Amino acid sequence: MADIIKKATRDGYGAALVDLADVCPDLVVLDADLAAATKTGGFKKAHPERFFDCGIAEGNMMGIAAGLAATGKTVFASSFAMFAAGRAFEQVRNSIGYPHLNVKIGATHAGISVGEDGATHQCCEDIALMRSIPGMVILNPADAVEARKAVFAAAKWDGPVYLRFGRLAVPVIFDENDYEFEIGKSVQLTEGNDVTIIATGLMVNEALIAAETLKGEGINARVINMATIKPIDREAIVRAAKETGAIVTAEEHSIIGGLGSAVSEVVCEECPVPVLRVGVMDTFGKSGPAVDLLKLFGLSAEHIVEEVKKAVALRG
Amino acid sequence: MEKLQCKALEKIALHIRMAVIEGTYNAKSGHPGGSLSIADVLAYLYFNEMNVDPARPDWADRDRFVLSKGHCAPALYGALAHKGFFSVEEIKSLRHIGAMLQGHPCMTETPGVDMSTGSLGQGISAAVGMALSAKLDNKDYRTYAILGDGEIEEGQVWEAAMFAAHKKLDNLCIVVDNNNLQIDGTLDEVTSPYPIPEKFAAFGWNVIVIDAHDFDQIEAAFKAARECKGKPTAIIQKSIKGKGVSFMENQVSWHGSAPNAEQYEQAMNELKAALAVLEQEG
Repeated sequence: MADIIKKATRDGYGAALVDLADVCPDLVVLDADLAAATKTGGFKKAHPERFFDCGIAEGNMMGIAAGLAATGKTVFASSFAMFAAGRAFEQVRNSIGYPHLNVKIGATHAGISVGEDGATHQCCEDIALMRSIPGMVILNPADAVEARKAVFAAAKWDGPVYLRFGRLAVPVIFDENDYEFEIGKSVQLTEGNDVTIIATGLMVNEALIAAETLKGEGINARVINMATIKPIDREAIVRAAKETGAIVTAEEHSIIGGLGSAVSEVVCEECPVPVLRVGVMDTFGKSGPAVDLLKLFGLSAEHIVEEVKKAVALRG
Repeated sequence: MEKLQCKALEKIALHIRMAVIEGTYNAKSGHPGGSLSIADVLAYLYFNEMNVDPARPDWADRDRFVLSKGHCAPALYGALAHKGFFSVEEIKSLRHIGAMLQGHPCMTETPGVDMSTGSLGQGISAAVGMALSAKLDNKDYRTYAILGDGEIEEGQVWEAAMFAAHKKLDNLCIVVDNNNLQIDGTLDEVTSPYPIPEKFAAFGWNVIVIDAHDFDQIEAAFKAARECKGKPTAIIQKSIKGKGVSFMENQVSWHGSAPNAEQYEQAMNELKAALAVLEQEG
């Protein structure tokens, strides 16, 4: 395993924006005094005429993004998830979502893997907030390769998109050359009919590790990467419910309103089976090294394994 | 300004005021007070200032208008209808189910509406984005926005003001409708944003203070705004809330309530009488 390459999804985002400029002549990138951290700094350097730093004023940045989009621009507006989805929620809802404008919100530093900065900056509510806006697409890539593909897909999509990226370097699990990304389509990563683990973001890698452990214990888990939280891949969820009879969701987000909720809604409506949720358990984050925090908050392969066993028992 | 031209604008403003009364009466709700205070500036903007084409509402090089005080949509709809973006008859369907005229402006429903607004403080940011876009593309279209004086209590207005001046957006011109009344009372009784001109000047704007109901002053202000280079312009217009309908003037209670049948008759009679006087004068 020595050859594991680790890269943050925000790095994939930043690099993709630079290249996107070549194929997207209407591209404009905005930031709110966090270009170094959100990784839009690379775009700022490469295409300074199409980059605007709006200062520490996220609500205004979203409005400017809306105005630019209303005149035909494809806009990527970046900040930390806490401020992009949290502070500027109502601007995103009313100035971008309601008129269905072509603004792509590049939200980095999502979840508790922000680390040492602590609870004020660890946004575990953004998926819940964005999911409730009609017409908003939500993409939560699992690695830097998927992040890059998501950026290009979002640019082609007509309407608002919320892209969720992390600060922490995480293993690259997809191959740049053959990984195909499509908005609204989940990707099944392992075969298995005993249980399904539906994961998103950095929890996809944890789900794969969990599946390996479970295999050794005679449980064959189907792992699905749900990078698009909205519109969610209902078909894959229903198939998983029918074929495996139990589901565990895994996300670096509150168990309220995120992937776990979205999957539960589909399962309840179409094919009720046990669904257990791995995520942040309705609590605020804390300061500490990101890797240790993930363990502390149960966002780990070990915890997924525990929940899978419970789910299998519930299925009976 | 030619006397005749001024009269023509006064007539249009009266038609916009009648649309405000017609719309809010038929809707049994809405915001007539602040709509009446911006009727004159809207008449000027749509008939003398802005480069727009009702036959091509999506024309890429048109001047843009954002009604940041979106609750005054009835006045905007009146201006758009009389300009020819849609039938004046539509005004009667304001706020009705299935109508294209939503309670607050909706750009995906109504031809001529350049930005969906209603949540105060947000429209100015969108206008800034439009002006920035024009600069980016080296286009010479201009962007206009109208804000309420109560609206500028929103912090986002000042975020936008800071950015617009920083980027030297001289293709942006906002109008602050200073009628001195907001829902809970006078500005001073609520949370005073005064002094308004000094605040915009401190943020780096070209500031012009005018009488909102004097077309010569309105014309001079927009001319000065166009000639000002390197700064966005804020026109602070001293206005009368409810202007043109005697019993609505300077009454905070008419901020967000509609006239009943009797009040509707009286208001329309007053506006029609004013129009008749103008017609007689030629």
